[in-house]
Amino acid sequence: MSDMTPRPAGGAMPPLDPDEKLDVARLLEGIEDYRPRRKGWHWREQVPDQKLHKFVYKETSKGVKNSIPLPAAHYFGDIDPQPDCVVTSEIASGRFEDDIRRMRMAAWHGADHMMVIRTAGQSHMAGLLEGTPEGVGGIAVTRKQVRATRKALDLIEDEVGRPINFHSYVSGVAGPEIAVMFAEEGVNGAHQDPQYNVLYRNINMYRSFVDAAVAKYVMASVRMAQIDGAHNANATAVEAWNVMPELLVQHAINCAYSVSVGMPKDDICLSTVPPDAAPAPCMRMDLPYAVALRDFFGDYKMRAQENTRYMEADGRDATVSHVMNLVISRLTSADIQSTITPDEGRNVPWHYNNVAAVNTAKQSLVGMDGLREMVKLDREAPELKQKVREIKERAVLFLEAMLREGGYFAAVEEAYFVDSGIYPETHDDGIARKSDGGVAAGTIVERAADYLAPVCHHFGENHLPEGYGEGGAAGADAAHKPCDLIGGCTLCDAEKVPFIDELDPEDNVNVRLAQTAELREKGLIKPEVQWAADGWVVVTMFLPAAPRVAEFAALEFGKAMNLQACEVINKQVMHPAEGTLIELKGRLDVVVDPATLTIPPEPVVMSDAEIKAFVTEKKLKCVAATVGEDEHSVGMREIIDIKHGGLEKWGFACEYLGTSVPVEKVLDAAIEHAAQIVLISTIISHGDMHRDNMEKLADLAVEKGVRDKLLLISGGTQVTDELSRSWGMDAGFGRGAKGIGVASFVVTTMRERGM
Amino acid sequence: MAREDTYLQIRGHLAELSDEQLEARFWELAQQVVDPLVELARGHTSPSIERSVLMRMGVDSPTCMAVVGACEKRGLLGHGAGQVLLHCSTTWSCAAPEAARRLAAGEGWDLVAQKWGGEA
Repeated sequence: MSDMTPRPAGGAMPPLDPDEKLDVARLLEGIEDYRPRRKGWHWREQVPDQKLHKFVYKETSKGVKNSIPLPAAHYFGDIDPQPDCVVTSEIASGRFEDDIRRMRMAAWHGADHMMVIRTAGQSHMAGLLEGTPEGVGGIAVTRKQVRATRKALDLIEDEVGRPINFHSYVSGVAGPEIAVMFAEEGVNGAHQDPQYNVLYRNINMYRSFVDAAVAKYVMASVRMAQIDGAHNANATAVEAWNVMPELLVQHAINCAYSVSVGMPKDDICLSTVPPDAAPAPCMRMDLPYAVALRDFFGDYKMRAQENTRYMEADGRDATVSHVMNLVISRLTSADIQSTITPDEGRNVPWHYNNVAAVNTAKQSLVGMDGLREMVKLDREAPELKQKVREIKERAVLFLEAMLREGGYFAAVEEAYFVDSGIYPETHDDGIARKSDGGVAAGTIVERAADYLAPVCHHFGENHLPEGYGEGGAAGADAAHKPCDLIGGCTLCDAEKVPFIDELDPEDNVNVRLAQTAELREKGLIKPEVQWAADGWVVVTMFLPAAPRVAEFAALEFGKAMNLQACEVINKQVMHPAEGTLIELKGRLDVVVDPATLTIPPEPVVMSDAEIKAFVTEKKLKCVAATVGEDEHSVGMREIIDIKHGGLEKWGFACEYLGTSVPVEKVLDAAIEHAAQIVLISTIISHGDMHRDNMEKLADLAVEKGVRDKLLLISGGTQVTDELSRSWGMDAGFGRGAKGIGVASFVVTTMRERGM
Repeated sequence: MAREDTYLQIRGHLAELSDEQLEARFWELAQQVVDPLVELARGHTSPSIERSVLMRMGVDSPTCMAVVGACEKRGLLGHGAGQVLLHCSTTWSCAAPEAARRLAAGEGWDLVAQKWGGEA
């Protein structure tokens, strides 16, 4: 991390309060004066043999201050171990003001690399855009959006307690300008790979490489991390598994080019994707590739991306593919673990799917912590050994042929790249580009003998006067920096960075915020998936019909549910005739005012000492059983067992009668043991069995004249307090209930009733 | 043109290389591929590069577009748009962003033409 000249931060805001929403309007105040407080990439701080709860972790990093742990964490002391590698979340809603709220959510779940996707088409726009226009499938990258996002991330990283890397794209026909703006604004990482311009954006190849050198040198001046674009070959090739040799070549070209223009190897990351997915035997195909890559590129960083080539609309399917990709990351290595949202196959990602993807990575990486100490790749296994060697040799043959062809430009003209044959095989379906064609062809100009650029961190020939030399970290021994000629450049003096506010009076953040201002001001709630108050919801339904019929029936159900603009976003055949699973999205144009809600108070939880004193004084006893024809016992054990923090912990004497116990027997046991508390567990709710058992217990207690002496408490996954009370219980405890809740209820109620 | 997989026929010269030698060869070839590209970049510039120079001189993006566009039209990019700007700001004794605004407004191109030729 390289620091910049310290300066007072304009437009500073107080720290975020975890109970308050991020105030976007406030964030934008004074944005013209805001400057980044640090530059450069941040890697997580590794903590070897980290002890958390009762475990020792081998591959984790420094913890965070605020986070939301994995769902099962409450069994493990609420720990939230943070994997060793940086975890990415890719965000692309097109409105930065909504993206930053999503970044905050993703950061709380463990993302520390926010990759902002750029709007479609910006790579063909000359010059920088300004203001805050809305983008399609990503934001329009402008100074104001970048600065507001960096400012928000500065607040968010303080809230979670870990630096957050901000990332976007240095590509297209304005690469050098974007690189300068990113360097000025404290963007920490960027995609930069001239091959991406050439192959996928059809930008002239000479222009792409000439621009890239300048852009990379500027990026290096602030130690921005660079990610290449090779993974796009996976996503584009007809048979992705055959591009492996070419991927090595593409990575090598960008790496060697970057190093040659002055970028440190430590800042160069390979964007690598396991090319295959099931039902192919993908792990056996992808592992040799992952190994070959890491063998050849040991000096560089691995940004492990997830496969999207074979991603369909099913979130479960996508998640399983990603977990298999994560196994490869753990068996080999990853410095940055990227995540793709499980809904990318069906829409521009939604808030909660970013969180889902981050959690998939966190859960898998932490779950496989230290796995390599027990499970190692067998490098001598014949298939692995042979395949690794073969991929490497094919890559070398590829490079040899390129040089025979006349070099990089000639090879691109001959469609060497993104061919779906496994080199040297070709299917003649690669991408061919003309060296004199493409966007911005004929725009590079030879630097004249007096070429001069009076600024720092400028790559290439520069005829500075005697005594002037490269400034900055590269540090020449020259008496003057290049920018001394002009009294300082923006990379040396942040005060010189100009700021332009909105250019478009209609398409800007203020107009968009005004549209939802009423909801914010009145605190009204409306569902959303990507933009404030967008109203989108998803309904999952199983319809006993063939897929096409089910799809059209689902649209009718959507209308009946008062949903607008319904669309089926996923359907899965359960059986051609028996039925189809449908996921339907629709817009719900309804708002809820929380002031009108009746929300029962949360149960009061008492201190251990207070409960213990009461239990001892009253010699509290309880009788517990799972009632009816029901063999579930885990939930009740959780509530009573001392080892689960159950009632025994505070001295309750608990008599557990077992499962499938008739309610009569439960009540008899309570009377026999002179218990004050009866706990019944009822998981099965078919045919209202849970209701029947509760009502029967209450009626029996009245009949036997003991109702006033007993607290009747029910529990189970389908149980709610409200329903239980209406069925004669004193309380009901549902999913997630704990012993402390039950104990607190008992003490409070017995005191109230003078029992 | 489509080609069958000739891997086994053409790998002969690589077969005897150790893994380390193969890796060294890979990087040597990659370097040979990029060397001419680096030289091309070292000796050339582009409108975007020149705008990035002006940006670093403190000029806002619309003004960068205007000044570099005018330099390009006059065939001056090879001297560096930054140098053109520096020449004017020195002559006018003003800061670079101010000189850029004046150039963008059409002022000063006679000064530039005196030094490098081209349209005034």
